[in-house]
Amino acid sequence: MSKIIELKNVNKWFDKFQALKDINLEVNQQEKIVICGPSGSGKSTLIRCINRLEEHQDGQIIVDGKEISENTKDLEKIRAEVGMVFQQFNLFPHLSILDNCTLAPIWVKKMPKKDAEALAMKNLERVQIADQAKKFPGQLSGGQQQRSALARALCMEPKIMLFDEPTSALDPEMIKEVLDAMVDLAKAGMTMIVVTHEMGFAKEVADNMIFMDEGKIVEKAKTKDFFENPKSDRTKLFLSQIL
Amino acid sequence: MNLSILKSDKKNLNSFIATGSALIFIGFIDIISSSFFGTNITAFLPNKISYLTPLLFGLFGLYLIRIEFSGNKLLDKININFNSSNFNALLTLLVIFALIKYIPPLLNWFVFDANFAGNTKEDCTDGGACWVFVKVWLNRFVYGLYPDTEQWRINTAFLTLFLLVGASFFVPQKFKKYIIIFLLFVYPIIGLKLISGGDFGLKYVETGAWGGLSLTFIVSAFALILCFPIGTILALGRRSKLPAIRYTSIGFIELWRGVPLITVLFMSAVMFPMFLPDGTYVDKLIRVLIAITLFEAAYMAEVVRGGLQALPKGQYEAAKSLGMGYWKMHFLIILPQALKLVIPGIANTFLALVKDTPLIFVVGLLELAGMVNLAKTNPKWLGMAMEGYVFAGLVFWVICYVMSRYSQNLEKKLKTER
Ligand SMILES: Nc1ncnc2c1ncn2[C@@H]1O[C@H](COP(=O)(O)OP(=O)(O)O)[C@@H](O)[C@H]1O
Ligand SMILES: [Mg+2]
Repeated sequence: MSKIIELKNVNKWFDKFQALKDINLEVNQQEKIVICGPSGSGKSTLIRCINRLEEHQDGQIIVDGKEISENTKDLEKIRAEVGMVFQQFNLFPHLSILDNCTLAPIWVKKMPKKDAEALAMKNLERVQIADQAKKFPGQLSGGQQQRSALARALCMEPKIMLFDEPTSALDPEMIKEVLDAMVDLAKAGMTMIVVTHEMGFAKEVADNMIFMDEGKIVEKAKTKDFFENPKSDRTKLFLSQIL
Repeated sequence: MNLSILKSDKKNLNSFIATGSALIFIGFIDIISSSFFGTNITAFLPNKISYLTPLLFGLFGLYLIRIEFSGNKLLDKININFNSSNFNALLTLLVIFALIKYIPPLLNWFVFDANFAGNTKEDCTDGGACWVFVKVWLNRFVYGLYPDTEQWRINTAFLTLFLLVGASFFVPQKFKKYIIIFLLFVYPIIGLKLISGGDFGLKYVETGAWGGLSLTFIVSAFALILCFPIGTILALGRRSKLPAIRYTSIGFIELWRGVPLITVLFMSAVMFPMFLPDGTYVDKLIRVLIAITLFEAAYMAEVVRGGLQALPKGQYEAAKSLGMGYWKMHFLIILPQALKLVIPGIANTFLALVKDTPLIFVVGLLELAGMVNLAKTNPKWLGMAMEGYVFAGLVFWVICYVMSRYSQNLEKKLKTER
């Protein structure tokens, strides 16, 4: 398997505050990685650096063979290959679900409208909300909105999907429908980096687990090892609190 | 006295309603007789006290009919909306009495004592408004000093405009786009050429002769259409990451916002030509248009910026994460939402702009209010200021009201669930 994402000694500061410290990480194609860790440990910052929603100041980030830095010219192209699902969904409220899904394929990928709509319907079908396509985001439940957001990202046919706590803003009864859609996606072979505290999901899907604290990767291990015999005390403590 | 006897209840509902209504009726008779005949029931009392008589009657009457859940729908409605408390009752009476007192004299001035027939000031003999003045000067109020024989050109230009705008509402979506593009980019040139003339066998009419309501429309329309995109670009510029663009925008906005429009207009007449190479001449109407446009664009920029700031950061991030660049993100995601949020502010700026147009008198251009000003100083029509300004005021009000309604409709139409 080949590397698709590579982070080498990445450091990131917000003014004086160092949010990421010497991060090294390699992600292979089709690999699924779940990142967990206490709030404020830099999980979001880390995955947001991968599509440069945050800028890192030091080290290298290479996505699909291209380095991401302030000199990257076709940043938009790279972003188009990296889908992202946010905690707050961030659907476009002025557009219907269908338009949410077709907008970027039409304008960024220059796809004909017909094809974009067919693709959108396929992906909405996949997350089981094809019947809501004509509605506006504000008319849907949280779970439906998050699945729409997933479909919207999939419409760009990304090589990599990033998830930043996709179920944290949802009522408990809606969490499962979103996780189910993500499990399906994982089974279809998508490369995924998921920040989540849903350990059931992690055990089912993840190849590797990462535990972060205070801007550092404290532990990275195969999922089975991570849960059965974590090396670091901080990981143990965290797992004991969360499980 | 035990007031509880006087507290209305349902048992003797009808007698309360009857007594209450009678008292209110007496109150009304009293105010009517005092405002039209100068006397009333308590006229024998000192003047100040007799003023209060109708109020007291009315208040007591309203107190008596204030019965909760009387079962009578009309009565309940009145009580809830106009008579929920003594204070509320007082306000209701004051408003009604003020209307009774002041509406008739106004109506008299406007209509009953007004003169409509005739051609000179001397025909106005009835003491009310002299609408003859407006009638005689109407042509000037609409067309300014534009030659009578050429006025069909203005009519044609505006008629075409209205037809095009009207058509854009009814034609299918597909053609709408073309009509709007035509309206924004081609029509203004044709329209201006038609009105100014000089080619195609049309007599040249210099802009100094343009005026009246038609000039109000021309100036407003151009400034409205132009200040909007410029303001939007300034708003984006002010939020730019590039310092050069950001500071240029800030400087521009703050410069124009800090100067009164009237000064800007003066400068457009005096200073602007100094920046041009010798011999080039820019028409004063064009200079004024540029000045007003830039001035209003600065305000528009701040309105739009308010909308941009109101959008959650997540919208920008979602757009970026889908691979949209700066312009796609702004035109497809950010501006449609931000502009919708600030429709009331945009309408506000537009209304202010329309009402600012009279200031172009400082460079010698006379739109509607300017023409009124000119007409009232005509020796044959001295003393007609009131009629003229009331007329101009009404016309401006109608224009602004239509715009305001349109913006409200637009707001409703564009309202999607959030
Ligand atoms: N835009 C920002 N400006 C300043 N500090 C920030 C910003 N975003 C995040 N941080 C800080 O960086 C740290 C890591 O944040 P984040 O990556 O969001 O943590 P997590 O997602 O693990 O909860 C936190 O201490 C947070 O306060
Ligand atoms: Mg986070």
